[in-house]
Amino acid sequence: MTDTLIKGADLLGRGRADVLIRDGRIAETGSLSAPGARVVDADGLVLLPGLVDLHTHLREPGREDAETVYTGTRAAAKGGYTAVCAMANSYPVADTAGVVEQVAALGRAAGYADVQPIGAVSVGLEGKRLAEIGAMAHSAAAVRMFSDDGHCVWDPVLMRRALEYVKTFGGLVAQHAEEPRLTEGAQMNEGAVSAELGLPGWPAVAEEAIIARDVLLAEYTGARVHFCHVSTARSVDIIREAKARGANVTAEVCPHHLLLTDESARTYDPVYKVNPPLRRDADVAVLRAALAEGVIDAVATDHAPHAPQDKDCEWAAARPGMLGLETALSISVLALGGPTEVDWDLLAERTSRTPARIAGLDAHGRDPEPGAEANLTLVDPAASWTVVPADLASLSRNTPYAGMTLPVTVQATFLRGRATVLNGTIAEEIQ
Amino acid sequence: MRHLLDTSDLSREEAELVLDVTQQMADAVTGREVPKLPALRGRTVVNLFYEDSTRTRTSFETAAKRLSADVVNFAAKTSSVNKGESLRDTALTLQAMGADAVVIRHPAAGAPQRLTEWLDGAVLNAGDGTHAHPTQALLDAYTMRRRLGGVEGRTVAIVGDILHSRVARSNVWLLSKLGANVRLVGPPTLLPKDIDGWPVEIGYDLDASLKGADAVMMLRVQRERQNAAFFPTANEYARLYGLDERRLALLPDHAIVMHPGPMNRGMEIAATVADSPRATITEQVTNGVWVRMAVLYLLLTNGETR
Repeated sequence: MTDTLIKGADLLGRGRADVLIRDGRIAETGSLSAPGARVVDADGLVLLPGLVDLHTHLREPGREDAETVYTGTRAAAKGGYTAVCAMANSYPVADTAGVVEQVAALGRAAGYADVQPIGAVSVGLEGKRLAEIGAMAHSAAAVRMFSDDGHCVWDPVLMRRALEYVKTFGGLVAQHAEEPRLTEGAQMNEGAVSAELGLPGWPAVAEEAIIARDVLLAEYTGARVHFCHVSTARSVDIIREAKARGANVTAEVCPHHLLLTDESARTYDPVYKVNPPLRRDADVAVLRAALAEGVIDAVATDHAPHAPQDKDCEWAAARPGMLGLETALSISVLALGGPTEVDWDLLAERTSRTPARIAGLDAHGRDPEPGAEANLTLVDPAASWTVVPADLASLSRNTPYAGMTLPVTVQATFLRGRATVLNGTIAEEIQ
Repeated sequence: MRHLLDTSDLSREEAELVLDVTQQMADAVTGREVPKLPALRGRTVVNLFYEDSTRTRTSFETAAKRLSADVVNFAAKTSSVNKGESLRDTALTLQAMGADAVVIRHPAAGAPQRLTEWLDGAVLNAGDGTHAHPTQALLDAYTMRRRLGGVEGRTVAIVGDILHSRVARSNVWLLSKLGANVRLVGPPTLLPKDIDGWPVEIGYDLDASLKGADAVMMLRVQRERQNAAFFPTANEYARLYGLDERRLALLPDHAIVMHPGPMNRGMEIAATVADSPRATITEQVTNGVWVRMAVLYLLLTNGETR
């Protein structure tokens, strides 16, 4: 593999340096010349550790009409990601060693991003019996994170047992916090807008009640709980208090919950239908502040591709979820102050280092320092782009940002030194 | 006015125009040997009904026929919808057949709005989920105009299951726009959350809310809601929120009793009250035809040939 010299990049906003990549690792940083190396001109660009997504739906196996591991990881690379955690709600469900190993193998074959499978907590995501968590943990896929995402692990006994069980190998449970009885038939955030639109409401308390319970269970069992897609202001309060007491909990927020509100539902366009739902302005403001402060540990996309027929219909008939991988970096920058104000080191903390640590992906989330694997993203802070659904790398088109102009473009993504994206274009042959 | 999706989309002037044209329709047809006008000859109106509602469908059908339109009834239960055809494909089919207007009744809120994205013709919302039922609100306002001499300054109590009522929502927007004082009355379980911003007074005590009301609108309450803990029993509901003769006597003498139908006699309304001369229930049905004629006429002609 040819050496790569990234010339003149601003390293996480700390200052300009050249970065030499050799054999998939960072060989040197400083003022360098490297004859024979491929030179990437990074003048005016910011170099970040490659982004890590804790929450991606790759849809394979089962819904290859919406996304595949190949298309999903290309979208990830385009968005600056070098690793994604693949959620378990595939068909069949990732509740056995066989399925998680298959997903990991598809990721390796595609080569665009490391794919770390997440295992199901319960068989078939049904919330009744524990899945073979140990088999998945000890499989070649080395699963550490378990989640019934899409469904809440509602049964408090099952949740308790899962938490106790994953302690044996340092695992964690990623909870989709949704009290199911409080959200039967729910279509959007419960509030002034749902009252007008006549769409059954998804009350904030349905999320908060489960987060409060699971904070207590985490403290009681001494196990790790990670809260997926936190969406309400009161959830932030509960997590802040839990962390202050030393509870072993972490939390993620989705880009869409940092930007969009339930006002979007007035269009009745299901591209805005998502679970948990878009909330109020006040929630957006609190989530942004909590992300900056660190009460929310990480940005996670909840990238949820859907085939056209699952969105081109009535709101109530549509499946929840929206694309996220290719827009998450831009929206994270917006949420953390915009392209001129953002603290790049903080951005790296929330989108790369912390999520890598939560997922146990030791080779990711490493700053560009000699010896580290070269999993890197090079972004142009001065550029902006307009979201055109047809131009996205994802197989699906259900982005809520169509037509919006967003700050910051991804110029290059490197996975173990190989450019998966170069000059803003996905590499067709990874070299 | 290109479509009629909800009363909240109407300006006060547009709403008044609909009510004026409604009066003209009633005057033009009433007493005629052949109660038919040629205004929509050659136009095709499709009734696309995804919910059983013989009342509303028949009303729209009658209205369209009195305007000499061709009417096609596309009942979802007896069509390819059962085989899983999407709303979009149905819309494209109707579009290809050249529907000038589609009257849609659908269990999903917002379905009519989605339809406007796929159809060139006018879309008329005949009730979508718990969202809106604009022609019902217009016929209610028209009934008040006829019986109370107007809507401005009148006090209207809307009683019962507001949460699940598209009729209540469309009436709130329309009646408040026309200058009425609207009171919503029901148990908190059947009122939507976060409606402080609505142009209404909210009450839980029916007796108190009836005082000084010029009209009281009783909403249908499904008995089955007791199974989801919205109220303990149908009997308790009737005791607390049913309109019986004692409560009728609390109303001013000129006040009218309205109900969009179909009624649960003995539940939200006592049989004697439903049959009393102060009830406008059958009159509302008659007015419904005039209102729907007016709306179809305005949507399909822009009022040009009037």
